[in-house]
Amino acid sequence: MSLTDVGMTVNGKAMSAAVEPRTLLIHYLRENLGLTGAHIGCDTSHCGACTVDIDGRSVKSCTMFAVQAEGENVLTIEGMAGADGKLHVLQEAFREMHGLQCGYCTPGMIMRAHRLLHENPNPTESEIRIGISGNLCRCTGYQNIVSAIQYAAAKMAGLEVKEAAE
Amino acid sequence: MLLSHYARESNVGAIRGGRTVLIPGAFAYHRPADLAEAVALLGRFDSDARLIAGGHSLIPMMKLRLALPGHLIDLAGIAELKGARLEGSEIVIGAMTTQHEIIGDDLLAQRVPILRETAELIADPQVRYVGTIGGNVANGDPGNDMPALMMALSATYVLRGAGGERRVAARGYYRSTYETAAEPDEVLAAIRIPAPPRGHGWAYEKLKRKVGDYATAAAAAILTVSGGRIATCAIGLTNVAGTPLLAADAAAAVVGTALDKPALARAAGAATAIAQPAADGRGSAEYRAKMAGVMTARALARAFARARS
Repeated sequence: MSLTDVGMTVNGKAMSAAVEPRTLLIHYLRENLGLTGAHIGCDTSHCGACTVDIDGRSVKSCTMFAVQAEGENVLTIEGMAGADGKLHVLQEAFREMHGLQCGYCTPGMIMRAHRLLHENPNPTESEIRIGISGNLCRCTGYQNIVSAIQYAAAKMAGLEVKEAAE
Repeated sequence: MLLSHYARESNVGAIRGGRTVLIPGAFAYHRPADLAEAVALLGRFDSDARLIAGGHSLIPMMKLRLALPGHLIDLAGIAELKGARLEGSEIVIGAMTTQHEIIGDDLLAQRVPILRETAELIADPQVRYVGTIGGNVANGDPGNDMPALMMALSATYVLRGAGGERRVAARGYYRSTYETAAEPDEVLAAIRIPAPPRGHGWAYEKLKRKVGDYATAAAAAILTVSGGRIATCAIGLTNVAGTPLLAADAAAAVVGTALDKPALARAAGAATAIAQPAADGRGSAEYRAKMAGVMTARALARAFARARS
């Protein structure tokens, strides 16, 4: 099948690559753009490890063709830290609260948490758990992921944060 | 999403060098600017074309190569397919309205609150950001939640094809699994719902193994109450047959009653009697049929509690 140029803004930069229409967004990001932070964790659109943020929506990039996202604004985990390398508050939170073990689900978790906290800056624990129900983790049992999101929410609200117990 | 029916067979797919690689077959991509263009493309490419709305049923199918369209017609660029509005006494919802947009819509929250309750039980946040109500009702997947609602609400679907526009009642739209009343060249463009009266009772009760799963069994109940007794009632059942079901006998069993225990039991029994669920990981056919009755009773009870005489 013939290739077509597909362009979109990724982490604030205009990007473009020649792909087939059937190229999934996850493959466009990972293989064409070299942004391997988004992960492929399942075959079935369940796990959410591929989650990115597109124009204010959390999207499973394995379930969208790159052509569908043409001209849109995509945010990936690579775009979360500051230009000087300073961690985004969510990244700091996942570190502080031990919200990861193997790290495979983590980029998807952070991208989803980022949008969740925009939807609801002060979520209850239940709202966090429902809010990340599209993201699966095989390592942590979710408790520290929830704590990390609570930490980030508190910090973003200017509240005092509780550090993780040793 | 089709995946409930095939997820355990995830070794089905393109095999490369002994490993399974979930890459869809090749296709040409079209993004029409308006409905007329979409209809023309469907007519031109016929059975080799598929419409794509949110893609969260179709793309998983394409990754398993259970769908191999040579042409994909993306409806995302067609502005008239978005949004919800009141037209006289009917709520009109564009087919490309996402579940997320339905959840956040004030008009729908006020006039058809069962929509939000149901949308929040569909899949997960990411899927709801992209998945559309049109995609949920159009293709005849018995696992989808919205069709049972549409039957209970007496909704009609607006279909646009080469011959123009026609309207088909949701209750008459579902013929068998994946077979609907839509012609191959028709686009389901909008859903029209007669606005339920103020103070109506409503509930969607969904039994599932885990968050995001399809229904083991689910029931939608819409009713009105007058003088403490149920005046009108409609019940739709999800995922307990090859199509969504209108549980007419179950609804009739509670009309005229104050929803006492015997009436609820009769309704549950009537729902179980018409259920013909598949046996799968969600349970045996007998169990799921029984749960259709339990969900019916729970939905009726919550709807009744919400109703104002």
